[in-house]
Amino acid sequence: MNRLQAAFSKPHPAFVAFATAGDGDTAANLDALVAGGADVIELGMPFTDPMADGPAIQSANLRSLGKGTTTADVLQMATDFRKRHPETPLVLMGYANPMIRRGAEWFALAASNADVDGVICVDIPPEEDGELGPALREKGIAPIRLATPTTDAARLPAVIEGSEGFLYYVSVAGITGKQQAAIDSIEANVSRIKQSTDLPVAVGFGVRTPEQAAEIAKVADGVVVGSAFVDLVGEFGDAAPAKLQALTSAMTSAMRAARS
Amino acid sequence: MTENTPNSFRTQPDDRGHFGEFGGRYVAETLMPLILDLEREYRAAQADPAFQAEFDDLLEHYVGRPSPLYFAERLTEALGGAQVWFKRDELNHTGAHKINNCIGQILLAKRMGKTRIIAETGAGQHGVATATVCARFGLPCVIYMGAEDVARQSPNVFRMKLLGAEVVPVTSGGATLKDAMNEGLRDWVANVHDTFYIIGTAAGPHPYPELVRNFQSVIGTEARAQMLARTGRLPDLLVACIGGGSNALGLFHPFLDDPDVKMLGVEAAGHGLDGDEHAASLLGGVPGVLHGNKTYLLQDEDGQITEGHSISAGLDYPGIGPEHAWLKETGRVEYTAVTDEEALEGFKLLCRTEGIIPALEPSHAIHAVAERAKQMSDDQIILMNLCGRGDKDIFTVAEKLGVEM
Ligand SMILES: Cc1ncc(COP(=O)(O)O)c(C=O)c1O
Repeated sequence: MNRLQAAFSKPHPAFVAFATAGDGDTAANLDALVAGGADVIELGMPFTDPMADGPAIQSANLRSLGKGTTTADVLQMATDFRKRHPETPLVLMGYANPMIRRGAEWFALAASNADVDGVICVDIPPEEDGELGPALREKGIAPIRLATPTTDAARLPAVIEGSEGFLYYVSVAGITGKQQAAIDSIEANVSRIKQSTDLPVAVGFGVRTPEQAAEIAKVADGVVVGSAFVDLVGEFGDAAPAKLQALTSAMTSAMRAARS
Repeated sequence: MTENTPNSFRTQPDDRGHFGEFGGRYVAETLMPLILDLEREYRAAQADPAFQAEFDDLLEHYVGRPSPLYFAERLTEALGGAQVWFKRDELNHTGAHKINNCIGQILLAKRMGKTRIIAETGAGQHGVATATVCARFGLPCVIYMGAEDVARQSPNVFRMKLLGAEVVPVTSGGATLKDAMNEGLRDWVANVHDTFYIIGTAAGPHPYPELVRNFQSVIGTEARAQMLARTGRLPDLLVACIGGGSNALGLFHPFLDDPDVKMLGVEAAGHGLDGDEHAASLLGGVPGVLHGNKTYLLQDEDGQITEGHSISAGLDYPGIGPEHAWLKETGRVEYTAVTDEEALEGFKLLCRTEGIIPALEPSHAIHAVAERAKQMSDDQIILMNLCGRGDKDIFTVAEKLGVEM
C-alpha cells in the first residue's frame, strides 16, 4: 500500500490540508497541519496567474512569489517535509506552465526525487494530458484529476481514466474561496462518481468550518480545505502555525465525530 | 520554409484545436464541458446560412463594411519604394477591427440562449466593441480591465459606461490585460449557466482562436477581392501589428495559400528586445501554457509569466494566439518587432503624409512598412491592415511628445 492508499484506508475520512509553498513559514505551517491531524498535505506551487483561484489563494501566490520562491525552493520544501514526516503523503498542486517549463519528464523526475506522492494540475484536462500524466505515472506519482458539477456522465470516464490516488470533487462550479455548495448536491455527485470508480473521492472548494467538514465527511472519503488555512497565513504570518493546528484539530475531530 | 511544409496553411486547427503543437484546451475541468458545448454550437452556426446572413447584414449596415482599400499615394512617394495600400478597418464603427469579432460572438451568445456577456480589455477597444454590441442586443455586460489600464485609458472607460457596461477594475497581479483575462475566466467558471465570454483576440482555449480568426477573416477576404479588382493582382507583402494576433490573422488567413504573398507580423518591442520591457512573445518568449492554450509566452525560467510592456496598451499581452506560434514555426509568416519610439515615428508619418491619425497599435506596423517599402521596387505592393484609429491615443502621444493638454 502506498502512502496515499494508506491515508484513505484509515477508519476515518481523510482530511486533506492545503498550503501555498513559500507563503509564511512553510515548514512550520505544514508541521502544524500534520500535528492537527491532516492525513494528506497539498502543497500549492505558486503561479503568477492562478486562474481557478479566488482572492485568498491569489494573494498567497503573490506573497510567495514576492519573496522570490522558485520551483527549486518548492521541491526542497517537499523534500524536507518527507524527512520530517515519512508517512504523510504530500501532493503538489498547481498550474501547467511551471510544471512543464523544463519538460514534463523533468518535473516528474524532480517530484519523484522529492518523494512526492501525487500531482494535481488544475489546467491540464484529460484531453491535453498526453505528456504530464504518463510522465508522472512512469515515476510512480499519482496524477490526481478534478471532477466538477459540470463533469457530466459523458465526460466522467475520461476524467477517471488515468487518475490515481484519489479523485478531487470540486463541489462548486467556480473558483476557490468563499462559496459553499449544498450538501444534497455534494452527496448526489459523490455517489454518482463512486458508481464509476473505486478511487476515493475527496471534496473541496468552499469548505471553511468544522461543521461543513463534518457534513461532507458523512458522504465522501475525504475533505479538502484550502482558502481557510491560507487566510490564516495571510492574517497571522509567522504566528499562523498555532492557528492552523487549532483549526485542523477542530475540523478533524468534527469529521471523526460525524462518522462514528 | 521547412521540409514539412503542409499542403495547405488554411486547414488548421485539427479537431482538438491544435495548430501543430500549439493551441488546445488547457482549462480547468469546470470549463471543459462549456467549451465543448461552445464548439458544437459554433459548428452548427457555421453550417447555418441564416447565421452567416445575419452576420453579413450587421457588418454591412451596422459596422460599415466593406472597409475601403486605399492606395496611400503620398506615403508611397515619401518612402520611395513599393506602393503602400491600407485596408481601412479603422473606419469601422467603434474605430477598430475588434467589432467584427464581437458581432460574430454576440450572435453566437444569442443562439446559445446566454443572457449575460463578459469580456476582458486592455486598451479598451475590445471593451468598447463588446459594450457596443451588448447595447445593440440589449444584454447586460461586465468588462474586466486591469486597474493600470483603467487609469491609462480613461476615455474608453467612459465610453463603455455610456454604453451601459459595468467596468470592473482588476487589481490582482500586474493589473493589466492578462490579469483582466484571468478575472474573465474566473467569472465565467462561476457563471457558466447564463454567461458568454467574448474573448477579444485569437487566443484562449479552442475554439476561440479559430472562431475569432474566422470572424476577423472578413478583413482579408474583402481585401483580396478588392486588390484583385483594383490592380488585377495580389499584393507582394502583407503587414499587420500583433497583440494577441486577431487583426493580423484576419488579414493573413485568406492569403495563406497564395505562395507569392509574403507576410510580416509586427510585435511590440517596447524599450527594446534586449531588455525585459517589451511585449514580443514570439521573438522574445518561449512556448508554454496560459489562458487555455499552448503558445509563446513571456516568462521566466520557472514558468512564471512576466509583464509585457508597450506604449500601446493593446499590444502589451505576454502571450500570442497559437496560430501565430504555428505560422512562425512553419516559416509561412515572418515576424519582427518595433519599439515605442519607432511606433511614434510611424504614427507621425501617417498623420502628416495621409491625414490619417492611426492607433498606436498599427503605428508599429506603419514603421515596419516604411522600412520594407524602401527596400522594394515601385512595381511591388505592400498591403497593411490599418486596424484602428488614433483618437483613443492622443493623450498618450501628447505626453510622449511633451505636450500638455
Ligand atoms: C487598434 C488595435 N489594434 C490591434 C490590437 C491588438 O490586438 P490583435 O493583435 O488581436 O489585433 C488592439 C487591441 O486592443 C487594438 O485596439
